[in-house]
Amino acid sequence: MSALTHRLRQTWAMVKGLGIVGRYLFRPAITVRYPEQKAPVQPRFKGRHFLTLFADGMERCVGCELCVIVCPSQSIYVKAAENDPLAPHSKGERYAEDFQINMLRCIFCGLCETACPTGAIVLGHEYDLAGYTRESLIYTKDRLTEPFPGASGRDPNRVV
Amino acid sequence: MIGTGGKDALITVIVDVVRSGVILLGVLTAFAYVTLLERRLLARFQLRVGPNRVGPLGLLQPLADGVKLIFKESFVPARADRLVYLLAPLITVVAALSVYAVIPIGPPVHLFGREVPLYVADVNVGILLVLAASSLGVYGIILGGWASDNKYSLLGALRSSAQVISYELTLGLAVLGVVLVANSLSLVDIVRAQAGLWFIVKQPVAFVLFLLAGLAETNRSPFDLPEAEQELIAGYQTEYGGFAFAMFYLGEYVGVITMGALTATLFFGGWQGPVLPPVLWFLIKVFAVVFVFIWVRATLPRLRYDQLMALGWKVLLPVGLANLAVTALLVVWRGGAASP
Repeated sequence: MSALTHRLRQTWAMVKGLGIVGRYLFRPAITVRYPEQKAPVQPRFKGRHFLTLFADGMERCVGCELCVIVCPSQSIYVKAAENDPLAPHSKGERYAEDFQINMLRCIFCGLCETACPTGAIVLGHEYDLAGYTRESLIYTKDRLTEPFPGASGRDPNRVV
Repeated sequence: MIGTGGKDALITVIVDVVRSGVILLGVLTAFAYVTLLERRLLARFQLRVGPNRVGPLGLLQPLADGVKLIFKESFVPARADRLVYLLAPLITVVAALSVYAVIPIGPPVHLFGREVPLYVADVNVGILLVLAASSLGVYGIILGGWASDNKYSLLGALRSSAQVISYELTLGLAVLGVVLVANSLSLVDIVRAQAGLWFIVKQPVAFVLFLLAGLAETNRSPFDLPEAEQELIAGYQTEYGGFAFAMFYLGEYVGVITMGALTATLFFGGWQGPVLPPVLWFLIKVFAVVFVFIWVRATLPRLRYDQLMALGWKVLLPVGLANLAVTALLVVWRGGAASP
């Protein structure tokens, strides 16, 4: 008799299970419909790089190449040049004439951001980086520089 | 010159061909959309979205799947038995589709001044034909598993055939209860006998048995041991791909729809129901049963093989026999079962 009640209880458990699953049918899906909808990232998320600008449009990068030295995967290339005193690009003696980051090599460790003495290079929130050619994934200076001061999320009025 | 008799015969043939064609097309379309329904419903049960990219709401997904499968290489393993290997899926499909010859989807309708019944044939042993055809489907499975020359295929085929044969007994006993009450083996007569009261009320035990045996018969979760992917890759269809695989797949899903149609016919009064047109009622009932099948798949885990056999032989079969005996006694006691 106890074996029979045991079996009946098991059967009842199955019916209860069906009920629970049936309830789940009416819950909204937790799926993030990716291309149309993006999951929010944390404020300190490390995505693609930006070269930031001051509020007046001056470049923060002074071409010191510390990021090149610290980069563990050697994905940064900086070609520094002397500023023209009459029409300077940056607030230092030098500026980056060319600045490239190879996104295929980058491991998004953020050491460049830490090393940068002027806060010029920051890692943004954009993470869907894809391309059809290797060349298209070497970001050059025109793609790295933020489109307007503050576009990367970094306050353009900060001194450093 | 064709006489009036010849002309009539010709029209009858044309009507039959059109009728069979419409039912076949309907079943194949239903198959395509049951696959989509299953994927979407399973996804919703699991709080996912499911395939929704091809066409609006993913409604063209079955088409995309079909096109993909057709364009795949039709591959035959080197040591396979070529003829049997290619024949097996055909057997499954033919067995699965031929059932629809006797399942009535609606009462006779009047079209162009002729009475057209909405079934291909009202065979007086209709339900026997259904059971026989579904038994034939096992040949497709075991031949496919054998001819593939693969251990997983063979094991899957063995499991599948053992399971289907075991549960066919229960299925038959459940059907016999209904047959006793309806006093007929013809599916049309069984539907007509439910005009007042559906057989699920008169035969609740048979209904539960039929549903359980139907799940096992179609090799569906929680009785999907033949395809237990953790143990057997994909069971008897491991070596199949492309269109041959599509045919096995078709056989399986058509089997599910058949179980839905049979449950509707045997226990839920077939096409009968108020207000809505009869065919629609039938489709609603079939959909409801298919929904339950998917719901069960989303919920219950797979049985162990000994549990499967114990359930079939030690529980369902004795209950089925008891149900049959009680039904027979009641029918005789009430003075039913008019001698033919």
